[in-house]
Amino acid sequence: MSKINSVGELAELRAAILDQRDAGRPCITTCLGTGCHAYDSQEVYNAFAGEIHSRDLADKVDLRGSGCHGFCEQGPIVVLSPGEICYCHVQPEDAAEIITETVLKNEVIERLLYRDPVTGRRFEREGEIPFYKHQDRLILGQNRLLDPKNIEDYLALGGYKALAGALAEMTPEDVLEEVKKANLRGRGGGGFPAGIKWETARRAPEKEKYVIVNADEGDPGAYMDRSLLEGNPHLILEGLLIGAYAIGAAEGYLYARQEYPLAVENFTLAVQQAEEYGLLGSDILGTGFAFSVKIKRGAGAFVSGESSALMAAIEGLVGEPRPKHINTAISGLWGKPSNLNNVETWANVPLIIERGAAWFKRIGNERNSGTKIFSLVGKINNTGLVEVPMGTPLRKIIEDIGGGIPGGKKFKAVQTGGPSGGCIPEQYLDTPVDFDCLEELGAMMGSGGMIVMDEDNCIVDVAKYFMHFLKDESCGKCSSCREGTTRMYEILDAITRGEGREGDLELLEELAWVMKNASLCALGSTAANPVLSTLRYFREEYAAHIQEKRCPAKVCPALIRYSIDPEICDGCGRCRRSCPEKAITGELNTPLVIDGALCSRCGICREVCHLEAIVVE
Amino acid sequence: MVHLVIDGKGFQAEEGQNVLEVALENGIEIPHLCYHEQLSPYGGCRLCLVEITRGARTFLSTSCTYPCLEGLVVRTDTPDVLRARRLVLELLMPLAPEAPRLQALARQMGVTETRFASDEEVDDCIRCGLCIRACAELVGAEAITFSGRGERRKVEPPFGEEALNCIGCGACVFLCPTGCLHMEDQDGVRTLDKWKRTLSLKACASCGRRYLPFAQIEFARQKGEDPPAEGWFEFCPDCR
Repeated sequence: MSKINSVGELAELRAAILDQRDAGRPCITTCLGTGCHAYDSQEVYNAFAGEIHSRDLADKVDLRGSGCHGFCEQGPIVVLSPGEICYCHVQPEDAAEIITETVLKNEVIERLLYRDPVTGRRFEREGEIPFYKHQDRLILGQNRLLDPKNIEDYLALGGYKALAGALAEMTPEDVLEEVKKANLRGRGGGGFPAGIKWETARRAPEKEKYVIVNADEGDPGAYMDRSLLEGNPHLILEGLLIGAYAIGAAEGYLYARQEYPLAVENFTLAVQQAEEYGLLGSDILGTGFAFSVKIKRGAGAFVSGESSALMAAIEGLVGEPRPKHINTAISGLWGKPSNLNNVETWANVPLIIERGAAWFKRIGNERNSGTKIFSLVGKINNTGLVEVPMGTPLRKIIEDIGGGIPGGKKFKAVQTGGPSGGCIPEQYLDTPVDFDCLEELGAMMGSGGMIVMDEDNCIVDVAKYFMHFLKDESCGKCSSCREGTTRMYEILDAITRGEGREGDLELLEELAWVMKNASLCALGSTAANPVLSTLRYFREEYAAHIQEKRCPAKVCPALIRYSIDPEICDGCGRCRRSCPEKAITGELNTPLVIDGALCSRCGICREVCHLEAIVVE
Repeated sequence: MVHLVIDGKGFQAEEGQNVLEVALENGIEIPHLCYHEQLSPYGGCRLCLVEITRGARTFLSTSCTYPCLEGLVVRTDTPDVLRARRLVLELLMPLAPEAPRLQALARQMGVTETRFASDEEVDDCIRCGLCIRACAELVGAEAITFSGRGERRKVEPPFGEEALNCIGCGACVFLCPTGCLHMEDQDGVRTLDKWKRTLSLKACASCGRRYLPFAQIEFARQKGEDPPAEGWFEFCPDCR
């Protein structure tokens, strides 16, 4: 590939690529994103490739391995175009039939279609499936349309058009103004207006400046940034390039989590391709703009997602936050002005530049423009990545898109915002999801994690889980955070073991106050949120643990007792065989008995019992 | 020069000075454990919290890490400040329950007891990092560092092995606010147990007392900015 030397040549190349491609030709897209990959979607892809090869269909059918489509619950997902027919749970052995029936004969295979778990109705087209229908997939929707390893796919979709437009027709100030007007707020959690941050970095006196992609997505259950980087790396790179142009940076970094090897692989490849095509380097598109990108892999510390810790880590130091009395946009990486935004924020930039701030502002609500991607996980029918306009009510996300709670269980709370977020109960489900409303409820947007909990989740146990995470991930510098999270965890653990004491809740609140006010960084100052928000909405559940030594959700092992109802038990022996503690005794075909002293309350007996004879009290 | 107000009184400070430094210079007492005027501020113990008003915002911050800025208003004795410091001290006390300096601070601050229990094994270290900074910044040996995160954070030589860079100068022992570091000279050998370091001592040519690690002499010769005259180390300070 020879370098593209001008904006005109980029348009010519795009035209040439489109010319070679037949838009009407059937294309089989297999999702190779994280979720589907775990379901062996690579095998499915290989099976399609084998069929196409053995039947000599290579010039009749296109095959594409794409990034995450978001509907992870139903993986491996295969989408066939034209027609956008969506098949779920596809196995390698289905490949031949799909090609014969659907690709060659246009016949839909009923059994592979998505089936609504409540109504039983099947849906043919991707866009008809309720999970997709209620979304607005401006960013994530592109994943399905391209192979992340192929820059030509991205170019064919109009990739780098925004960059070309910015370089050719806009001054850096114009770009900055557009992003400011769009009111793009940081998707990493803070919600700080990106345009203002960019402006601060641009105006900082030092000439050498940096732009950085924060891909240290560490919240448990969150994987939207991962899916964007894995599925559409050029989009992030294009956003970063535009930002660098606006800010006046010649060098950029991607700081990626150690645990995201595929994201690093695909982004590295994207950088190499962009260099080959002249989209990175010394004279980009012949405009004189110069920019290069380096990739830095994290070493596994959650706190390295904090801006100053992240920059310390890039410098080769321990990823520990430092005081930010002068913010990093003025004095960041190596003391130079450094603009850090997360993956999803950068992904929005090309769209804003191409379609304009006015278009972007029309999506979402007054103070929160654009869409936000959430990872919807936990006790929900449709686990996956969901992209909706800001301000969409929680209920729509959980019920219409998420398909509600499995097994007819009752909704209890949704935890938003990662470990430093909060739990929102049923009565606030009609709250619009945006940066401001969530904060008012004592939760936060965070990077977009959304964990749904049902009546079987114990709220004290949930708070304990998050506090365990935070005490392990505190860097340990500030005594208030290090000792505070450790002590909070100890108190929560004691409560779940039935050793809670009068005054524990007040002590938790006191610790929360000092952690919030005395800690240096956001990890410490928000670490108490999971406890504070659950205390706010579920105080009586804490009280039941402490005063009555009772776990209402029947989760905390020390506070529950398993027994077998002799009226129901038929002595089949399933539970006796499965019990890891050998706590179940008795003659077969007569009611069995659990020895409470041996029982570890693991719940396996309850799962294997075919008669619901296991009683938990 | 910048002007700031601490507890209602106006002060002048050099640019680059921190709030704690200026307060202490002017006789305003702020409790602190991880700060030392010869070392870079760290902000780990969180005891030197003060209330800062900057523009429209009022918040708590450690005074050792807060730079003196024009127009800054600082209060060192608001109810929130005192409450936060007391709770921080309560959190630190179980780490070094016997340490006299912590007990003295507790008395000063009116903390009679801590509500938090000590672990079964207490190493008396409060993770203030003074030893690490003294070793790196004053001595230049960089023999020890923090390892681990969160509650597993501790001061260690690299990989928990013998601190091969340690020259046995004892600066860490001298500065440790809880006395959790020990240095012992016996039979011509200096031992720093926590750094798993033993060093042979040079004898004074006059009195014969074995007084200084050979490693420290070598370090002073090679790395010292102003190496002492030839023969300086032949005699101990008493005989020099």
